[in-house]
Amino acid sequence: MIDSPHGKGKGLALVLAGEAGQGVQVVEALLSEAFRGLGYYVFSGQEFMSRIRGGSNSTLIRVSPRPVRAWSDRTDLCILFDNKAITRLQQRLQPETFVLGDNLQAPEGSRFIDIPLAEMAQEAGGSLYVNTIAAGVLWGIYNGREETLADVIRRFFSGKKPATIDGNLAAAGIGLKLGRKLSHSGKVSLALPPPGDNRGNLHLNGTEAVSLGAIAGGCNFVSAYPMSPSTGVLTFLARHGRDFGIIVEQAEDEISAANMVLGAWYGGARGMTTTSGGGFDLMTEAVSLSGMTETPMVVHLAQRPGPATGLPTRTEQGDFNLALYGGHGEYPRVLLAPGNLEQAYALTAESFRLADAFQVPVILLTDQYLLDSHYDVVDLPLPRAIPPLAVVETSRQYARYALNESGISPRGVPGWGEGLVGADSDEHDAKGHITEDLDLRVRMVDKRLRKLVLLAEKAFSAEWIGPEQASNVLVCWGSTLEIAREAVAGLAREDVAVLHFRQVFPLPEGARERLQKAECRILLEGNATGQFGAFLGQRWGIDWHHRLLKYNGLMFSVEEVRAGLDKALPERVRK
Amino acid sequence: MSGNSFDMDLEDIAWCPGCGNFAILQALKQALADAGLAPREVVLVSGIGQAAKLPHYLAANFFNGLHGRALPVATAIRAVHPGLTVIAESGDGDMYGEGGNHFLHAVRRNPNITNIVHNNMVYGLTKGQASPTSGRGFETPVQVHGVVNNPLNPLTLALALNASFVARAFAGDIPETAAIIRKAIQHKGYALVDIFQPCVTFNRVNTFRWFKEKTYYLDDGHDVKNRDLALRRAAEEDRLPLGVFYAAESRSAFAESTGVFEGDAPPLFRRPFDVARLQALIESYRGKPFADP
Repeated sequence: MIDSPHGKGKGLALVLAGEAGQGVQVVEALLSEAFRGLGYYVFSGQEFMSRIRGGSNSTLIRVSPRPVRAWSDRTDLCILFDNKAITRLQQRLQPETFVLGDNLQAPEGSRFIDIPLAEMAQEAGGSLYVNTIAAGVLWGIYNGREETLADVIRRFFSGKKPATIDGNLAAAGIGLKLGRKLSHSGKVSLALPPPGDNRGNLHLNGTEAVSLGAIAGGCNFVSAYPMSPSTGVLTFLARHGRDFGIIVEQAEDEISAANMVLGAWYGGARGMTTTSGGGFDLMTEAVSLSGMTETPMVVHLAQRPGPATGLPTRTEQGDFNLALYGGHGEYPRVLLAPGNLEQAYALTAESFRLADAFQVPVILLTDQYLLDSHYDVVDLPLPRAIPPLAVVETSRQYARYALNESGISPRGVPGWGEGLVGADSDEHDAKGHITEDLDLRVRMVDKRLRKLVLLAEKAFSAEWIGPEQASNVLVCWGSTLEIAREAVAGLAREDVAVLHFRQVFPLPEGARERLQKAECRILLEGNATGQFGAFLGQRWGIDWHHRLLKYNGLMFSVEEVRAGLDKALPERVRK
Repeated sequence: MSGNSFDMDLEDIAWCPGCGNFAILQALKQALADAGLAPREVVLVSGIGQAAKLPHYLAANFFNGLHGRALPVATAIRAVHPGLTVIAESGDGDMYGEGGNHFLHAVRRNPNITNIVHNNMVYGLTKGQASPTSGRGFETPVQVHGVVNNPLNPLTLALALNASFVARAFAGDIPETAAIIRKAIQHKGYALVDIFQPCVTFNRVNTFRWFKEKTYYLDDGHDVKNRDLALRRAAEEDRLPLGVFYAAESRSAFAESTGVFEGDAPPLFRRPFDVARLQALIESYRGKPFADP
């Protein structure tokens, strides 16, 4: 069961808001760890501006005795590190939200409560301590044990100078005292039911899930050019590269990055690049080259709002068409779109297997929301072993593009075997040499496209969540899965289900009939034009009764989806 | 011409009769044989253009990729498979124009590859437009009043970026060109060989005779370890020196700096996967419950 954000006492939603560089992430990490240590489930997610210092950013932390893994607009308590932040948060503050900040000058008895953050920071030894103090205040309001928070602080700052650890312990103590005072005076109260069974689960974010999935898929070469929100994967693999024998290179541009990945696969490695829409634009010629040379390729495309630079640090599902159609010519490809952290891990690993087995580009579509969201996951299953690369030891007669029924010609690696391995961007003959034999051209195009038939047969199925016989279906893809799941679960209706696609091309045919039979089809997409919905319509001849689209740079909240469903469902179905 | 293991049976070659590419092909085959290499150990990586078709006329592994993108592909192949001899070759438009950014950064990265550039100072396959190395005043169907941009000097550019090996050859002298290419192949680190080559169809200025009269070889006493001297000689314009301008002492090449090839260096596809290490990393994300909540 998923926690419902509506109704008192089921869970807690905290919002931390401040400027970049104020260390909001420290509060997020400390509180997540403290609540999880008690057995609660924690979701945290961020929305932030594209700047290094200043601006106005916020972090949402949801705490619940039951699993919680979606963005919500509900706020029980908001703590402001910078009072300007309030203007940007208006829509997420409810009448019952407590707002804490320094010098808010709110009237006595209101839900706006002054806390002397700056003064306490001076007492603790400087403004750097303001984040730990805030963690202490919140922990004090919750009436958490001081030693629990102290343990978390010791772990979090382990390896730092003793003075740093002691300073933060003292800062937490100062905050805690104030928090308890606020709670005891009855000014602020946070109701939270007893802890749940979150014991020893993994807690990570999408960036970490994708990166671990890459390692589990046998990735041993990464080349990329930094671009939000994809850079975290490059950073992660760079940090662990030497431990796992992964070559990691920051390329001079995305064109180089993508071409290096092709060189790596050709030379017998498993290569990946990680980028966002603008970078992918530059890579599309290389994606086309992957299609023509039948050199495998894995591209992590972390979406953010476009066009052009768009909103660099925010989220969108606007690059479905780019991933599907980017790159000239006709050739097969695979588009995967994980819906949660488990899928991010598993599908990233699968990307390497699919690229290798079918000699095609595989594009993994994530977005800022998925990559920056943390929550609890029971397990990420380990591969027993990485299957050997799907390559053959070549013979003297070896021909790289030998025509055959499946269209998948055995792939060789230069230097292994007696044969020579040719790869050609021009239309080519079986050995990879340039040809202008136009009949052969047709046979080669057909050979490459035959792989698409096999790929469609192996497509990852779409997931139907809800009653089997539900006549209303909410259709989504990629990172909206858990939001849709929680929104629909909260409706408690027997006639609504979610249909989620984790593979968006080629389409999993198993979902076609169900979708065609549904009486009411509602599309949920984080973009302005409903790209995937239009594609489904074109391929499967369906239309949409309602479309819930969002493209302001923020992810859908559970409440928004539920409100959209409330509007979409009644007249049509509720009797 | 004696037999060479890199020879291929060819029915049709896409080059114009008399093209300098024939001489470069012959010199390259000679250099590879002289270096004691077998075709299966060699990978030729090229872009697009007449020069970039060379891998189709020589028996070796090859990756004939996109216009301007040979260097990133070659860098990666050599990085993941250190047993291979990797040669990135293409024309001046491909390497210095379309692929200019990769050229700059390949020099900085110092992969252990040889970079051969067929430099005929004109675009051939697109029919006679100016290339980055075309001289000022050179008239073409696009630069109808003559080229006004300054020509790019690949040698001084590479030397300024501290390339570890910089040479120039002339396709009119096959034995010397073969010797220079062999030295480049045997050099550890990035090695540039810019090869002057007449385009018999589209360049009526920089002809065989022009190159012949304009070029001369650096003398035997030229100190290839002296980068300042190399820069001065490479900047000469009245007459154009040929030979190895600069060959640095051995320095760490790209693949070694990745830290993935310590000790013996099996190519990446020959390596076992360490599941236990991944397990430990995943486990590090597991929560540590408190003893007494």
